Amino acid sequence: MIEAHNLTKTFKDKKRGVITAVENVSFTCRPGQIYGLLGANGAGKTTTLRMLATLLQPTSGTATMAGHDVATAGVQVRAHVGFLAASTALYGRLTAREMITYFGELNGLGEEALKARIKQLADELDMHEFLDRRCDKFSTGMKQKTSIARTLIHDPAVMIFDEPTLGLDVMTARSIVKFVRECRNRGKTVIYSTHVMSEVEKLCDVIGIIHGGRLVAEGTLAELQARYGEKDMEEIFVKAVGGEAALIAAMKN
Amino acid sequence: MNWHHIITVYLKELKDSLRDRRTIISMIVIPTILMPLIMFGVGTIMSKVIKAARDEASPIVILGGEDSPGVMAALKADKRFRIVASGGDYKQLVSEKKIRLAVEIPAGFEAALKAGSPQTVTLYHYEGEMKSGLGVTAVERFFRDLREKTVESRLTDRGLPADVVKPFEVKRQNVAPPEKVGGNLIGGLIPYIIIILCFTGAMYPAIDLTAGEKERGTMETLLCSPVHRVNIVLGKFLMVMTASIATMCLTLLSTGISLAVGGSLFAGGTQTVAVGQAAAGATKAAAGMMPSIDPLGIFGVFAMVAPVAMLFAALLLTISLFAKSYKEAQSYVSPLIIVVIMPAMMGMLPGIELTAKTALVPILNLSLVCKEMLSGVWHWNYIGLIFGSTCVYAAVALALCVKMFNREDVMFRA
Repeated sequence: MIEAHNLTKTFKDKKRGVITAVENVSFTCRPGQIYGLLGANGAGKTTTLRMLATLLQPTSGTATMAGHDVATAGVQVRAHVGFLAASTALYGRLTAREMITYFGELNGLGEEALKARIKQLADELDMHEFLDRRCDKFSTGMKQKTSIARTLIHDPAVMIFDEPTLGLDVMTARSIVKFVRECRNRGKTVIYSTHVMSEVEKLCDVIGIIHGGRLVAEGTLAELQARYGEKDMEEIFVKAVGGEAALIAAMKN
Repeated sequence: MNWHHIITVYLKELKDSLRDRRTIISMIVIPTILMPLIMFGVGTIMSKVIKAARDEASPIVILGGEDSPGVMAALKADKRFRIVASGGDYKQLVSEKKIRLAVEIPAGFEAALKAGSPQTVTLYHYEGEMKSGLGVTAVERFFRDLREKTVESRLTDRGLPADVVKPFEVKRQNVAPPEKVGGNLIGGLIPYIIIILCFTGAMYPAIDLTAGEKERGTMETLLCSPVHRVNIVLGKFLMVMTASIATMCLTLLSTGISLAVGGSLFAGGTQTVAVGQAAAGATKAAAGMMPSIDPLGIFGVFAMVAPVAMLFAALLLTISLFAKSYKEAQSYVSPLIIVVIMPAMMGMLPGIELTAKTALVPILNLSLVCKEMLSGVWHWNYIGLIFGSTCVYAAVALALCVKMFNREDVMFRA
């Protein structure tokens, strides 16, 4: 379960003064649900997710992840969250097994439990072939699989995906999308950020459109289609953010 | 603090670093081969070059002396000199290093000697130029011999014994124990080398474990784990300390072995006499190194270096953490080496002694106390003060590093 209440994040910038990256964002995501956070580059997706993963402290507002407050119980939150982003890379000089083991140990898993868990993950993700090879020699697909195994090692209740298909080839992107769906089917709470409209349509149970740091629209695909009188997700998105002019203005900022 | 997490992070960083070729080179290869290379490579070449310069006859120009055939003949006959005909400006010849020096023999030199009136021989040389210096020494020796012979013959002429001009002798006798002599000779140098090694050994891993991780994108992965940042910092800090101490120990070991081998090598050969002043000094120290330093002092030095290594590790981590990339971190950290060298060098200057004030200056205090310890002098109150104050500095630097790790604008600097 993810519950965010009025999450706000401001940064100080020498040139531009105080910047509000995220402003009063509230939403709820239940177990067995995929919440899609849709927004253009710089809309505040990553900042929101980093606050949920306790990498950043909210300036104001609160959020609880699997019952733990992100502001006061960071360690417990991270123990129940798996975070996968384009910016969470692998240690190139470690093998996939060592990489997964390292994060298992940091999550407090014992040796036996860790071995069993790695075997299970390697079976599921078909990783046996490259499990003992160094990550820096991996293809993108192998890297992504290893990253997924890393986020799943402690079997977290909540999964955060920050643009996980960014820069991936079609096949790898498809396997990621399939995997995210599996997470939902296992009853995990999933939040998924992207700027790819088709992924949102295929994947998400609830869609939140974020623009200029604010959540401007929220609902299921059907609800949004009804509200904006459009079938196509892209058209819905443009209408929700206030038209193309608003989108262009936001991109310039 | 969670020791399980700290050890896990430390062991992973150790494994990771040992697989990195650049770390292996800076932490293991360079410290092991540097000193032997300097000693046997550069040292041997240097002593050979100096020996060759010394054995070679000095080309000199003689100005005047036409009316002093005896001196001229003696100079020409001397194998140490090669008389060059002065065809032009002798000053230019000296400064162009074509000749080592010009010797001006005043008019009527021999006649004046016979008459007993004082004379001055002038040597025109190139100050600071080594070959010119060697030439001057040889020419001076030649004229000193001539002077002694003249004095002797004058005394004989007057029927006086040689003692008349030498009423007494002055003799020097060393009373300092050998370890103090050794401590003074290289006591200043050892801490200086150790301080630099400590710093350079920590530099590469500190950058790799912070800015390097940020650049490669693994820092965010690590921060997602349910580990308090203080444990991450301590794990990384222990790794940087390990690298720093490993670099230092390997260098000291290889230096010790080179000195022991090289010392007996040099001391055994007759070459020692022939090599130049500096080389001779070094070999003297080298030959006498093992017995002439208080062995307890070596342990003392190690103990005192530990908090300094801690200070360096924490400082380097803090500074390089601020950088976004490896290159940026390098440009912040490299100039620091000068800041570190300066107080280390000051410790070698005469007159700067261990006092309550200097004991509080980091690095300088280490340099000073090591000199004392290697000479077998143990000022326990200063040792305590220095150890304690450096520990405090290191703790402050480490706290600063933890603080930096908790700063979002540092960790996620755009």
